[in-house]
Amino acid sequence: MKQIRFHGRGGQGAVMASELLCHALVHEGNYGQSIPAYGFERRGAPLEAFVKLDDKPIRERTQVYEPDGIIVLDSSLIAQLPVFNGIQKDGFAILNTRKTIALDDIPQEVVTLATVDANRIALDVFHAPITNTILLGAFAQATKLVSLQSLSECIESNFPRKIVEKNLVAVARGYHEVQVISRNTPLRKVD
Amino acid sequence: MGKIDVLNGNKAAAWGAKLSRVSLLAAYPITPQTPLVEYLATFVSDGEIDADLVEVESEHTALSVLQGGVFAGARTFTGTSSQGLALMYEPYIRTSTMRLPIVMALVTREVISPQTVWGGQQDAITVREAGWIQIWCESNQEVLDTVIQAYKIAENKGVLLPVNVCYDGFSLSHMAERVDIPEQEIVDTFLPKPDITHVKLDPEEPMAVDPLTAGPMLTEYRHKQVTAMKYAREVIEEVRQEWLQLFGRDHGGMVDVYRMEDAESAIVCMGSPAGTSRVAIDEMREHGIKVGMVRIRVLRPFPIEEVTQLLSQVKAIGTIDRNVSFAAGFGTSYLELKTAFGGKTMPPMIDFIGGLGGSDVTMDQIKQAIVITQYVGQGGQYRDVTWFGLDEVNIQELFEQSPQEEKEGIL
Repeated sequence: MKQIRFHGRGGQGAVMASELLCHALVHEGNYGQSIPAYGFERRGAPLEAFVKLDDKPIRERTQVYEPDGIIVLDSSLIAQLPVFNGIQKDGFAILNTRKTIALDDIPQEVVTLATVDANRIALDVFHAPITNTILLGAFAQATKLVSLQSLSECIESNFPRKIVEKNLVAVARGYHEVQVISRNTPLRKVD
Repeated sequence: MGKIDVLNGNKAAAWGAKLSRVSLLAAYPITPQTPLVEYLATFVSDGEIDADLVEVESEHTALSVLQGGVFAGARTFTGTSSQGLALMYEPYIRTSTMRLPIVMALVTREVISPQTVWGGQQDAITVREAGWIQIWCESNQEVLDTVIQAYKIAENKGVLLPVNVCYDGFSLSHMAERVDIPEQEIVDTFLPKPDITHVKLDPEEPMAVDPLTAGPMLTEYRHKQVTAMKYAREVIEEVRQEWLQLFGRDHGGMVDVYRMEDAESAIVCMGSPAGTSRVAIDEMREHGIKVGMVRIRVLRPFPIEEVTQLLSQVKAIGTIDRNVSFAAGFGTSYLELKTAFGGKTMPPMIDFIGGLGGSDVTMDQIKQAIVITQYVGQGGQYRDVTWFGLDEVNIQELFEQSPQEEKEGIL
């Protein structure tokens, strides 16, 4: 089983992203579970959501404490919260940031680091800082745990019609514009 | 084969109602049931359910509307949680005494105070003596399947009791997972149209329903309710078998049993912690701890025969409760098991209380419960009730006292 933790702020679509990823995983014949961690819900407040992925039924009904990877939707959270808490060996981190982050700056467990300036793309596409599908595109590129095609198909079948087109652009831009570096191979070529 | 989709617990319940071809809906939104109302309203507005959806101003009215609907022959559905259930209490009791086969999702949540909107099982626990059948679900697949099964149970002429399909708020209601949606045609063969004749709104044949009832007749009412509850046990088992044949899925009957064949100790729980328990049990068994699980699937009527037969075989029982009984400071399943065994000899039993107010019942907590229960089964002494998060739990210390030292380090 792979476990993923999303960090975002209320209104950025972390819960929607976790559900979309779950749809895409099931669409590919896997089992997926998406779990929102509800706290005191306020727009802009930090929140978490989780996804579990397996090729067999997932019976655990717990939150994720030791993720195989993290996806951070909001650039300001990286400095403000211990987003890397509990991250496992051979882990991955998909970060929304315009800064250049070196592998030395993040925990040793993280082997794959993907960064994307999702705020810029989101302002281009949505004229609002909604970064969820951009980060999912980056996640697909960096981990290959799900395909861009599945994500796109599930956006078409699950999102309200009026936001489908823009999200298809957003997920593709996240997929193509992400920078991926790895401790194993210094710089991975983007497809 | 049905259709594979990803559903949260609320959407699974809405699908269950849709496939049951409900004809009357009324509900008032309350966390964590709110999305259920939205899904039902969407189904109705999209023409996917051929039902009237009555907009009501309270839960009290929601259930009252459904009562009238049953008199007129409708198949009805609603859902609520916590304070909504509290406001519904008056018609809630009336529903079971009038023997109305209403199915209601009870999306379990803590009760206020203190102020909270998060998960727990306390709301459903407080109404377990209100004459409703209570079925507790572990997964969203079970939520969907159980809503459909619930009509078959409720509308059985020997039962005619309302059913609560209980599922943990947030842990199931807002968690989305893969669910197999059954085909409508097969559901139709399983669940024929409702045929309610014992209470009827018919101007041609007027009938007085629920008149002022004196002691002797009221006693008979209660006795008949209890008889129907007893009979429901058989119906629940029949429905389970029929479901298995038609859909190839088995969620258990009165109880759901996991790896109990050779178990030396047993975990007993209700609702979503059961799923996590299965994984913990598999892992603990790899370390030589022979543990199994009895999930209480039906809390009312209580599976007295099943639990006494299954649990008298083990050396110790550990109950995990997301609720509290004020009778003696234990959780409900602990107390219910004591009652079920009555005067019979029973293995030593300890209780673990966790998952209150939306707290996670974690894998570590369940593993601790398993290890402590096993230790008690070997003659070890431990506190009767452990409150996760309040009481210190030191497994390592317990291992040092344990005769089986080779188990050290498994946590």
